Amino acid sequence: MGDQQDKIRVLIAKAGLDGHDRGAKVVARALRDAGMEVIYTGLRQTPEMITEAALQEDVQVVGLSILSGAHMTLVPKIKKLLEDQGLDNVKLFLGGIIPDEDKPKLEELGVAGIYGPGTSTQSIITDIRNACQ
Amino acid sequence: MPVTDPEAVLRGERLAVTRALTQIENNTKEGYQLLEALFPHTGKAHLIGVTGAPGTGKSTLVNQLAYHYRHPQKENKPPRIAVIAVDPTSPFSGGALLGDRVRMQDLAGDPGVFVRSMASRGSLGGLAAATGSLVGVFDAAGYEIIIIETVGAGQAEVDIASLAHTTIVVEAPGLGDEIQTIKAGILEIADILVVNKADQPGADHSLRALRTMLTLAHPQPEDLSHHGAALQSTAVPGGEPEPDWVPPVLPTTAATGEGIPDLVEELAAHVSYLHTSGEWGKREEKRLTNELELLLRDSLRSRWETKISPTTYKSILNKVVHREITPWKAVAVLLEGAGL
Repeated sequence: MGDQQDKIRVLIAKAGLDGHDRGAKVVARALRDAGMEVIYTGLRQTPEMITEAALQEDVQVVGLSILSGAHMTLVPKIKKLLEDQGLDNVKLFLGGIIPDEDKPKLEELGVAGIYGPGTSTQSIITDIRNACQ
Repeated sequence: MPVTDPEAVLRGERLAVTRALTQIENNTKEGYQLLEALFPHTGKAHLIGVTGAPGTGKSTLVNQLAYHYRHPQKENKPPRIAVIAVDPTSPFSGGALLGDRVRMQDLAGDPGVFVRSMASRGSLGGLAAATGSLVGVFDAAGYEIIIIETVGAGQAEVDIASLAHTTIVVEAPGLGDEIQTIKAGILEIADILVVNKADQPGADHSLRALRTMLTLAHPQPEDLSHHGAALQSTAVPGGEPEPDWVPPVLPTTAATGEGIPDLVEELAAHVSYLHTSGEWGKREEKRLTNELELLLRDSLRSRWETKISPTTYKSILNKVVHREITPWKAVAVLLEGAGL
């Protein structure tokens, strides 16, 4: 047999109805350049679509980009759907415009990292690597 | 993480299937054990390869094709469909951006469809080394049709032909003149040729060029009168004509679904041709031969790697770099050093 090779697989999804995917693409590209396998799903993904893609692609990480303000509805729903599918081990990362007062609640839900505008891609890469150890 | 139960894979449980795919793709010991358990249950699915240059619309075509299979016109039970979409791994970072799902949104929410993206991880033939093994997992899990989309391929990425039963080569208008159509390589492996984006200018020209190429490769009696002189056909030497498959050339517009029903019909025709001509068995044999040879090569290499110390390897490599010995001599020394 050949050599074993483990790769970090990440799903990058635009949840909800906003159409601004530049941030998601920048992060996807940065993670690719960091040696990860990034599955990009495109715009307007429902929680069901994101969960299905996470299952089929067997990713360790789901990175959500939400700029619509609907994170307090979408994130708990996605978290629950992932658990229903037996994907409890999948780490959720969140990028977008997230008000400070929502952060503790999201962290309590199990969101592993929250990133606003101006975040360096290097810090996201480091956090994902640490979470996947 | 718990070990995946091969029985759960055979029952088609999606969590077990997805975990098995990962273990096998990562070449782990567990993956190897799963392949051992699943192999006896493979060999039932129809494997359809879809290849062609980047941007010809392969993913969109796969989306439409799978959707069409899942929504048959008649009251037939639709087959379960697996899609393996391969995209290139960066040779610099080892990472990959797998974006084929973006074009496959119509398949979301259908439990009878399983789409898996795959990075090529250094393979150059248009597929990844483990693609054939992943096909085996879906086959054993009861997916009746498995569509394999290759990396956007240029001219020579023809590995798909030794994996799939039916290879669809996708072209788009405006990709070259007639000389391109008679070059060796990707067009030669087509069982079905598709000119996608047929609503765009130049589609007629592409269709004509491909059809001309095919009449050269598969001459019919009426094509053989050149300037009135009746040429001898070499294809039919007297007796029974060989059952032969002439690849059809189909126009499609995958973005709208135009032409997809014809494509599905041709796929069914190709399957019955494969069965009646005995070609199905031949292709299975060719595929397994190919797989065995690849495994053998990889295993020999890893066995060799365990027997040669990295320092020896480095010092010999260094000699080649400084042109003290030739690469051929270096290989001989390295093999001898490993006792091979």
